Amino acid sequence: MHELTAILVSMVLSATPLLLAASGELVTEKSGVLNLGVEGMMVVGAVVGFGVAFGTDSAIAGFAVAAIAGALMAALFAVLTLIFLANQVATGLALTIFGLGLSALMGKAYIGKTLPPVPHLHIPGISDIPLVGPLIFGENAMVYVSVAFVIAIAWYLSRTRSGLVLRSIGENHDAAHALGYPVRRIRFLAVLFGGAMSGLGGAYLSIVYTPLWTEGMTAGRGWIALALVVFSTWKPWRLLFGAYLFGFFSIAQLHAQGFAVPIAPEFLSMLPYLATILVLVIISRDAKRIRLNAPAALGKAFRATA
Amino acid sequence: MPRLRLEPRAQTSRLATYLSPVLAVVLTLIGAAVLFAILGRDPIRAYQAFFIDPISTFYGAGELGVKSAPLILCAIGLAIGFRANVWNIGAEGQFVLGGICGSYVALFYEPTLGPATLPVMFIAGALGGLAWAAIPALLKTQFNANEILTSLMLTYVAQLLLNYLVRGPWRNPQGYNFPQSKIFDGYAVIEPWISGTRIGLGTFLALIAAAGGWFLLSRSFLGYQIKVIGLTPAAAAYAGFSAKRVTWFCLLLSGGLAGIAGINEVAGPIGQLLPVISPGYGFTAIIVAFLGRLHPVGIVLAGLLIALSYLGGEAAQISLDLPVAVVGVFQGMLLFFLLACELLVRYRVQIGQAIAESAA
Amino acid sequence: MSSPGGSAAEAPRLELRGITKRYPGTVANKNVDLTVMPSELHALLGENGAGKSTLVKIIYGVVGADEGEIRWQGEPIAAHDPASARRLGIGMVFQHFTLFETLTVTENIALGLDDQRDMRALRRKIVETAKRYGMALDPDRYVHDLAVGERQRVEIVRCLMQEPKLLIMDEPTSVLTPQEVERLFEVLRRLAAEGCSILYISHKLGEIMALCQRATVLRQGAVTAQCDPRRETSASLARMMVGSEVLAVKRPAEHKGEGEALTVTNLTMEPDDPFGTRLDNISLALRKGEILGIAGVAGNGQMEFLRALAGERLAPSADAIRFDGKPAGSLGPAGRRARGLAFVPEERLGRGAVAELSLADNALLTAYLDGNVGAGMVKTATVRNFAGAIVKDYNVVCAGIDAEARSLSGGNMQKFIIGREILQKPRVLIAAHPTWGVDVGAALTIHEALIRLRDTGAAVLVVSEDLDELFEICDRIAVMSHGRLSEPKRVADTNIDEIGLLMGGEFESKEQAGAHAAS
Repeated sequence: MHELTAILVSMVLSATPLLLAASGELVTEKSGVLNLGVEGMMVVGAVVGFGVAFGTDSAIAGFAVAAIAGALMAALFAVLTLIFLANQVATGLALTIFGLGLSALMGKAYIGKTLPPVPHLHIPGISDIPLVGPLIFGENAMVYVSVAFVIAIAWYLSRTRSGLVLRSIGENHDAAHALGYPVRRIRFLAVLFGGAMSGLGGAYLSIVYTPLWTEGMTAGRGWIALALVVFSTWKPWRLLFGAYLFGFFSIAQLHAQGFAVPIAPEFLSMLPYLATILVLVIISRDAKRIRLNAPAALGKAFRATA
Repeated sequence: MPRLRLEPRAQTSRLATYLSPVLAVVLTLIGAAVLFAILGRDPIRAYQAFFIDPISTFYGAGELGVKSAPLILCAIGLAIGFRANVWNIGAEGQFVLGGICGSYVALFYEPTLGPATLPVMFIAGALGGLAWAAIPALLKTQFNANEILTSLMLTYVAQLLLNYLVRGPWRNPQGYNFPQSKIFDGYAVIEPWISGTRIGLGTFLALIAAAGGWFLLSRSFLGYQIKVIGLTPAAAAYAGFSAKRVTWFCLLLSGGLAGIAGINEVAGPIGQLLPVISPGYGFTAIIVAFLGRLHPVGIVLAGLLIALSYLGGEAAQISLDLPVAVVGVFQGMLLFFLLACELLVRYRVQIGQAIAESAA
Repeated sequence: MSSPGGSAAEAPRLELRGITKRYPGTVANKNVDLTVMPSELHALLGENGAGKSTLVKIIYGVVGADEGEIRWQGEPIAAHDPASARRLGIGMVFQHFTLFETLTVTENIALGLDDQRDMRALRRKIVETAKRYGMALDPDRYVHDLAVGERQRVEIVRCLMQEPKLLIMDEPTSVLTPQEVERLFEVLRRLAAEGCSILYISHKLGEIMALCQRATVLRQGAVTAQCDPRRETSASLARMMVGSEVLAVKRPAEHKGEGEALTVTNLTMEPDDPFGTRLDNISLALRKGEILGIAGVAGNGQMEFLRALAGERLAPSADAIRFDGKPAGSLGPAGRRARGLAFVPEERLGRGAVAELSLADNALLTAYLDGNVGAGMVKTATVRNFAGAIVKDYNVVCAGIDAEARSLSGGNMQKFIIGREILQKPRVLIAAHPTWGVDVGAALTIHEALIRLRDTGAAVLVVSEDLDELFEICDRIAVMSHGRLSEPKRVADTNIDEIGLLMGGEFESKEQAGAHAAS
């Protein structure tokens, strides 16, 4: 029982950065923009968050500045794709390459430093209930924040007028433009939001999860977050499920290594990546489902046809 | 209020096509100067350390050929795929697999194969990269799975596989427990062709690949199909071109070329299998491909330029105490400027009245 | 109905003065004046490319004018965008619907209304409005489930919900059967009687004479005439529109084709796109030396049928589609081309041609079986000769064969594509909407080319939404509705009304008819 609790708690821990980044990307994609630079924005968020948290002794300040840094990276992407009409795929790749280089440059001073652990929620009595207690009432604050974001995004997209407008732009930007909606401005904001969330996801890795800075520490999590958005078929609730499933995969391999399973650790470490491929295949093979759920204008450049 | 407005060109501008990469390079150099200043280095001295010192010797100039070879090999394959909207971004993984498969031949069959070792190594390397790229091709054509994500995930898997091999079964027993294979010897080593440099087979193969790529794209019917599929998939479907076949072709070709680059790197400049055999050639090749405007001749030039930035990064690390990561920042910056300058090719920028992108 | 000419004291509802709009290389609107009175049914008439759509986009605020003034009920309007247009009381039904397929009818309508937040109240109001004007509309359905005619209803209801003072309709009847057009006209007349002005954009003369009280005619972006269409004839209106005497294609002598070039037998196919139409037991025999037309409202399976004929999707059995009696259902596009099929798709740029490639490169797109490719290599010189021949034979106005396809006008690009297909000497030519959106001159060239091809003994299948076009050039006409195909009728034996009823789906396929007869 104790072992299971530990696995589930660490599952949530490792799922949270994916959830943060993926829920931001989901909003970006719902507006019709495909930003493949999640990895780059995350890793910059990670180094900036770590640096600020280290310098100010405040994890909150670290997260806040990381979100801003992620949004700035996203702004770069938005300017290129929305104003300069650059190819979204290429620009997203550029953002990742740039982010990895920039973070390595910025992070040189922080290699080898560590941060104090971030406090967990503890409600005497309740948090000690076996299994449920630590899992639901004993996490760190960002876990609750990430879930709150999913709930808020689900509500925003399905229940608010602004969310409806965002979805309509992702579906058919020409029609939305003809009806007088500011396509470019809304997409810009959606991209910025996605960047800020990626920044938070990255900062979570360096401030809470490890907590230290190493070069390229996101290790493909940004790409996994992108795959998760496909897995969720652009539905926030399924994103929650998908992220925790992935958290489980990556934790299971760590625990397996701890149990001295007779498999080389390198092979166990491949699991999350192989699982990502598997999940993509399972979801994508139903082309109709993708067509019905994917924003129809995803990745297409919009120019106000005057 | 007057503001910039974009008007699509009725006809692509030739001048802009050639000028846009040059402009991007110039802007990157300006950006680099700013970055040097921020880091507290004299930009002029930094320029010299970065771009002139490394190639001021005969050996250094030769290194340009050595470093650009893997970039050009990978970028040619990627560019042909990008032309067809096949986004293989896992060249790094295919590179690693090429290195692994070629090394297998070198480590275990060199005595048996004798003089045939090197050719067999290259065939094995090509097949390794090709097989690794065949996975995303299969998943794309059969299950519609996005090749960007699958090819990238496989890069991490390839890297872990390499780690396993050099730490486990292929570790040199006389290597003081370092995670590396034994050093290649005998027929498994690529000798330099020009003495005083390390220029060899790889540089030659890169030029062959560029020539072949040019021929494919500009003369062959397959190249025509690739262009049509990339520009307008519906027109390709109407004409009866098979998108699946082209997807297979592009992924296998780029995987094979990346695999050749991988084994060339291991058997040439490195000489043994290490946990890291590429400073990100497979990813940087994406930049090379775009900087070369997806054209083989452009890619050769772009490959040389980016190779120079690698050499400069190494030199500046020593002479200016600049972190190597500066190179990554430059490369990212270059790609951004390039994508922005691309606009000039497709649109005419005019100062005029605002288009009604309504402000509701 | 108040006579708009009589009430001179009344301020015009809408007045345009000197509107000019330039695009690179062309002037879309040149110094246009237009006055629409309250309650007036006003037509904006002009052929394709005359600048009608640009002008109404300026009125609705989608596009800004370079020069000129817009006055609304006597007051000049300064800043203008679609939201402010809606606030003034301007509603617009777009030619290309501004609907979102994955959203419901209610959500779609909410997007066209400003500050509509209470979805339940909106739902009720939609049902009421639709009912009041006699249009059936289910507010909870997804738009991708709706037929084209129903989609237009969504657009119209969306406008009516705002109680507009001016309703702009941009080519609304291309998606309707003749009977539905009549019903739409009733709604419009009733709206006008209630005080709403209607600005009705069309190039169909009959409709304008039947509906409108005034007409403003545009040619090459400028106003060329103002008139009362009820007092004009089709010929006089056409002259105003085109600027010269309109040459009609010489009604070809009816051809009785001999021998079947293309036979389709009981073809049933599920759509591969979730928004597509199922092909339901289609049978068809296309004879050599005839032009067979397929009429129907868009979205009734024509696209799916065309894809199946072209081989982009393979038929469930090889026998379902035969060329010259030989099974061809399992051949891909290249295989069918090799058997003598040529195909003109509905989209010019984006399917029939690649916008960014030169005309020479576009010539190769489908002509790769014609000696233009050898040993895997493109024979550049041969391809260029071929492109030159197309340009010459079909009077394609262009800057030479190295011009990019996107630099050509719609009519010239269409002539190029038709030329490319016909010069390959097909035995069966399938043409989808061959004259959609092209000017009168190009349409004439294209029609004549199709008839010439027929006279050489080839079989021609024309799919079109334009009944006038089909009656002009076809020998027989069949109708497609809900993925089914009617028995073809000889043009001499039928009329627009009968075809219109078929377009509404009032027919039974052969099998069902047979089943009824048997029982």
